[in-house]
Amino acid sequence: MAAFTNFILVCGGTACESSKSDKIYKNLMHECESQGVRDKVQVVKTGCFGFCEQGPIVKVLPEESFYVQVTPEDAKEIVSEHLVKGREVTRLLYDKAESKKRAQIDEMDFYQKQVRVVLRNCGVINPEDINEYLGRDGYVALEKALFEMKPDDIIEELKTAGLRGRGGAGFPTWMKWNFTKKVEDDQKYIVCNADEGDPGAYMDRSTLEGDPHSILEAMTIAGYTVGANFGYIYIRAEYPLAINRLKIAMNQAREYGLLGDNILDTGFNFDIEIRLGAGAFVCGEETALLRSIEGERGMPTPRPPFPATKGVFGQPTVINNVETWANIPIILMKGGEWFSKIGTEDSKGTKVFALTGKIRNSGLVEVPMGTTLREIVFDIGGGIPNGKEFKAVQTGGPSGGVITKDYLDTPIDYVHLQELGSIMGSGGMIVMDEDDCMVDVSKFYLGFTVDESCGKCAPCRVGGRTLYNILERITEGEGEMEDLDRIKSIAQATQKASLCGLGQTAPNPIISTITYFEDEYKAHIKDKRCPAGHCKKLITYHILPDKCIGCGLCARRCPTNAISGEIRQLHTIDQELCIKCGECYNVCKFDAVYVR
Amino acid sequence: MTEQVQITIDGKEIEAAKGANLLVTARENGFDIPSLCFLEKLTPTAACRMCIVKIEGRRGLVTACSTPVEEGLQVTAFDDEIEEYRRTTLELHLAEHDYECPVCDANGECELQDVAYRYDMGVEKNRTIPSLPMGGQEGSIRLPHDKTSPVLEYEAAKCIRCGRCIQACDEIQEKGVLGFVHRGYHTFVSAEFGAWKNSTCDGCGECVQACPTAALTEKPIVERFRPFDVERKVTTTCVYCGVGCQLDMWVKNDRVVRVRGAESRPNNGRLCVKGRFGYEFIHNPERLKRPLVKRNGKFFETDWDEALDLVASRFNQIRRDYGSDALAGLSSAKCTNEENYIFQKFVRAVFGTNNVDHCARLCHAPTVAGLGMAFGSGAMTNSIPELADADCILVTGANVTETHPVTATYIKNAVRKGAKLIVVDPRKIDLVDHAHIWVRQNSGSDVAWINGIMHVIIEEELLDKKFIAERTENFEELKQTLSQYTPEKVEEISGVPADKIREIARIYANSPASSIVYAMGITQHTTGTDNVLSLANLAMVAGQIGRESTGVNPLRGQNNVQGAGDMAALPNIFPGYQKVTDAESRKKFAREWKVDSLPAEPGLTVTEIMNAALDKQVRGLYIMGENPMLSDPNLQHVDEALKEVDFLVVQDIFLSETARMADVVLPAASFAEKDGTFTNSGRSVLRVRQAVSPAGNAKPDWQIITELAQRMGYSMSYFSASEIMDEISRVAGIYGGISYKRLEKEELHWPCPTADHPGTLYMHKDEFKRGKGKFHPVDYLPPAERPDHNFPLVLSTGRMLYHYHTATMTRRSQPLNTFAKDAYVEINAEDLDQIGACDGCRVRVITRRGDIEIFARKSDRVAAGTVFIPFHFHESPANRLTNDVLDPVAKIPELKVAACRIEKME
Repeated sequence: MAAFTNFILVCGGTACESSKSDKIYKNLMHECESQGVRDKVQVVKTGCFGFCEQGPIVKVLPEESFYVQVTPEDAKEIVSEHLVKGREVTRLLYDKAESKKRAQIDEMDFYQKQVRVVLRNCGVINPEDINEYLGRDGYVALEKALFEMKPDDIIEELKTAGLRGRGGAGFPTWMKWNFTKKVEDDQKYIVCNADEGDPGAYMDRSTLEGDPHSILEAMTIAGYTVGANFGYIYIRAEYPLAINRLKIAMNQAREYGLLGDNILDTGFNFDIEIRLGAGAFVCGEETALLRSIEGERGMPTPRPPFPATKGVFGQPTVINNVETWANIPIILMKGGEWFSKIGTEDSKGTKVFALTGKIRNSGLVEVPMGTTLREIVFDIGGGIPNGKEFKAVQTGGPSGGVITKDYLDTPIDYVHLQELGSIMGSGGMIVMDEDDCMVDVSKFYLGFTVDESCGKCAPCRVGGRTLYNILERITEGEGEMEDLDRIKSIAQATQKASLCGLGQTAPNPIISTITYFEDEYKAHIKDKRCPAGHCKKLITYHILPDKCIGCGLCARRCPTNAISGEIRQLHTIDQELCIKCGECYNVCKFDAVYVR
Repeated sequence: MTEQVQITIDGKEIEAAKGANLLVTARENGFDIPSLCFLEKLTPTAACRMCIVKIEGRRGLVTACSTPVEEGLQVTAFDDEIEEYRRTTLELHLAEHDYECPVCDANGECELQDVAYRYDMGVEKNRTIPSLPMGGQEGSIRLPHDKTSPVLEYEAAKCIRCGRCIQACDEIQEKGVLGFVHRGYHTFVSAEFGAWKNSTCDGCGECVQACPTAALTEKPIVERFRPFDVERKVTTTCVYCGVGCQLDMWVKNDRVVRVRGAESRPNNGRLCVKGRFGYEFIHNPERLKRPLVKRNGKFFETDWDEALDLVASRFNQIRRDYGSDALAGLSSAKCTNEENYIFQKFVRAVFGTNNVDHCARLCHAPTVAGLGMAFGSGAMTNSIPELADADCILVTGANVTETHPVTATYIKNAVRKGAKLIVVDPRKIDLVDHAHIWVRQNSGSDVAWINGIMHVIIEEELLDKKFIAERTENFEELKQTLSQYTPEKVEEISGVPADKIREIARIYANSPASSIVYAMGITQHTTGTDNVLSLANLAMVAGQIGRESTGVNPLRGQNNVQGAGDMAALPNIFPGYQKVTDAESRKKFAREWKVDSLPAEPGLTVTEIMNAALDKQVRGLYIMGENPMLSDPNLQHVDEALKEVDFLVVQDIFLSETARMADVVLPAASFAEKDGTFTNSGRSVLRVRQAVSPAGNAKPDWQIITELAQRMGYSMSYFSASEIMDEISRVAGIYGGISYKRLEKEELHWPCPTADHPGTLYMHKDEFKRGKGKFHPVDYLPPAERPDHNFPLVLSTGRMLYHYHTATMTRRSQPLNTFAKDAYVEINAEDLDQIGACDGCRVRVITRRGDIEIFARKSDRVAAGTVFIPFHFHESPANRLTNDVLDPVAKIPELKVAACRIEKME
């Protein structure tokens, strides 16, 4: 077989696939065939590149040409120009908006500060071909574990590495494994928590889609370490692509003797089953997840007993989330020492964040622990679009809190985030600008946890709902000052008295927004005003007489015919009819509509 | 002995058992930590969050209910911060609660109300958190009020989502009907995601009893009441089956208004739908309130004097004219020990005959005979709750979930704990769902498969040689007989696959504690005694008897069928199983009963009495609380026999099918209206206590009998039932140590020979009752009647959950009727097609003895070629069809196998 001179990597992550990357892939294949370069060029569908803002992404090697926002129709040109004639298709290259200069990938701000450990293979290999994973030292860690290491050595290596669970709480991974290892029992289990549920977070999905074998390899290593022969991957049914790639990977691993009976002829058996979750957020909580695997309603149970001693079906169980698992093979391969050099004193390694919201470069970023928020938001994320001002970042999803601009230089790790009243969580990072009302933001997150509460314990079930009702009143201008005390007392009881992490953290967004934006709450309550101009019941739209030229566009667009005025005359808004949809504000070319 | 450790609570040093529940430990030591969801017998869920405490070194607050005691725990149970969180949490509970105490059924017995009172928090009082909207408007909580169950209601507005009902259904009753549905503040409890009545809920009401508020309530049966309307709560023994559940009867205005399971053995609070909801009959207007005398074919009400005088003179006359043996009595397994004792004493001392029997003849006569021959005692070898700790339970011919529902819960509990359940039954009974192995034997092939299992045990050397050598006799003979019962041959006879026979043998013999459970499916055959002997052989071959949770356990059907036998309502024995043929015994009882002599010949059995009546050998018959016109086989024959009797007296609580044929009917008090004892299937002697006054002029049976005896010239009088028990303990060795005084304080299982004997939980510990256990080799014999061209189907009869025996009580309890109002024949789809009938069609079932009309019910519980009919329904009396051919030893009729034909009705 002739050696390939070029490789075309097409992003096959969910975001790019939904923008027709599959069609791009097929078209590229077709074009290579018809333009006669099939022998020289290999087209590969990879996992997520992370730069989802600019997807679908196609990358051509060895030139490292980074084509963005590619359409299926571009396939012909890419092949004819780049691969046949050797000329880059400049119009598709990533352009930094400001400089209009095309960037090499390592020059791109988005990638410059990133360190790819977890996502090391995402966007690099074809996740549906085990050989590509093997080509990147895949399963070397398993081989090393089985042939060169005793279970205690592996735990020691993890201890040296200082890896902490990436699911949110940051519990030292080696300790978890060690608890389970020490329990004497014939039947133990390994569980991968792939029930990613934070709004806007998709780190785990991308990892599973882009590098499924790393998870299988890690779970197998854990099985060998603690003495388990069976594992479950609990994954949301809404992740069909990840599920499919996992299935393919599992079948290939079994064929290669890397999963199933007698792995690598060592006599060690380990197999994995996929269990689909039905999308309940609470099933990401480990005890609820275990109940769901058992076929019960996913409701948390009190700890102790911890899963490490009594997990699935009452048996000792190691449960880690996807990102934690993805770190395992590389730690074993490169050593705990190597890993411990990345990150900060008590938070080692990297962290993957899903950067979304009011940000220029939204996408998946992996940075060393200790990177500052400023670097992530402004350097990697490219700052806030449309000239708006940065207001805050929500980390940790609905369980976390807001971090304001005063704290942009805080290094991101477990300790610092907690000090600021937020949490690491699984890695959602949502950027907000001046248009975001903080009362409404906390209402949004609370609404999520209220909907997702399993209903078992009163503080979460009733407390969450009660808090939500209060916030709703405030955003509708019916709040009273006593509400602030009421919020604090209910929120505190909910934090302290709830059974599981969902309830204990549900009030975090509300507490942290009150802490940093108390004035905004007071403005809603006392002045019946929404400073961000967001809460509909508290705002009115008006037309400025000195700016309105009477073009009539706003009146034509108004869905309730609330705007009247003769052409070339001043227009006015009838407040009785106005539903505050904001359409007039959006369409006015003369900035004549304003919010009060 | 559990390890003791030291902990401190709020600074106080406490010694506690390691692993004990912290909440319980704290409360026992005076720290009354509040809680709403905790119920000690259920796994703690930690849902209500009221019992939060601080523990040194642990993050955050933890719930005491879910924390096991460990050495050195330093607990803060009360401080300002914790109490503040508790108050807020309580407020949150109240915020979603329909807080209408004055009109709430649980007012005064509500755990939420108690805690609210403690924290001085009212509808408005001291509350800062507004209630969630509950009015059905947009955004308000979804709060269903499900009234569809015949016996209970669920009102979500009063539910605190503690989940106790769900766990009770799951962990105690093992039914798993209930679960939470929806999420967050919309969460509520549901029976299988829909209306209660469409679920598999069988109405046992365990959930109601577990509910801390009024979310789950019993539907009013007799009348509505509030807890403080209740005048008294009387603990007594359930009248339905042989489990002997302890009940608390709540009484208002001298009427029973609620029944709850009492938290003591044998049921530990558990009940079934009949025990909990089947008490309406007590106050049914059809109760017999005055004696009835028949003149010219019509009944007339009369007073006790006239009725008893008439009865006394007629019985005396028959005795004078035709001799003592022309009189006979049928005693009752529904009546108390005291009444059975008095009845048989009356028959023997006043009638002067041994012609006394009761319906045990139709159920466990083979057990009494067979286990008596093998072990020396014909009762359950173990107490009922012990089943929960068995490692292997072999259930055969016992539909335990329907016939002994609470016993079934212990069997299922054992499975939860890891026991292997083996079911051998021609019907796919509910226990099959919990079984590791279920095999369907051909009806009447029991000796064959049991022999097959023993064959494998011997062949594979799984037998307990030491046990056989030291504690049994006659093994070689057994071995010889067994040699031909290879699994393959047994498969041919019984239809049980050979490999399954082997598997069962291995599990049964190898488990540390194996228990056999059986009932009518074993005994109601012409080979009933043989079947029982085979099971006894099996237990002894494997050495699976004489230990805790290990033995042979016949489930006795009626509430006091065990006691009626113990009291000698049988033709061949005196109380305590002393033979009437034994001269010493006769002398002893003659002395005690102050008569010159007692008859030496065993009397007639139930079925023989009927034959003798037809032959005019028996001319006077006294029936107490039995209804042979529905319960006995070949009803046509019974009908003819009773018509032949010169003078028939029936003593009952209702005008039963049999009472209608009587010359005199005497009104008796129901179990709720009298004192006494029942002996349950596990040999536990349990108190029956009067809760309400007898209906009208009805009297306890023992009083009626003593008054009749007086009028017939025999001196018999007792002040109380307790005095009768004192006499029983004097004459019946196994009851020697039993008195009402002791029963107030302890549970006693016979044998209990002396006042300081603790009773016997499990029998045959070091020695069998008869000394050595005896093997009786038994060969397989086919049933008497087999299907043929004219009668191609095998008919089996039995009971169902919702009705009891001849249903005189259950069909007068509306909730039970709602669950099951019609008779039916269970029939396999294949046979139904063949007949050309549909599910729910009327069909005619015909045997050589008679025919009935009945609804067809399509069911996979029966195999093709077999059908099943419950015998409770007088309008479709199954016993018109059954075969009265008898087991030669025990004289039990073959109620389980008859050949029948089914025809579609136009």
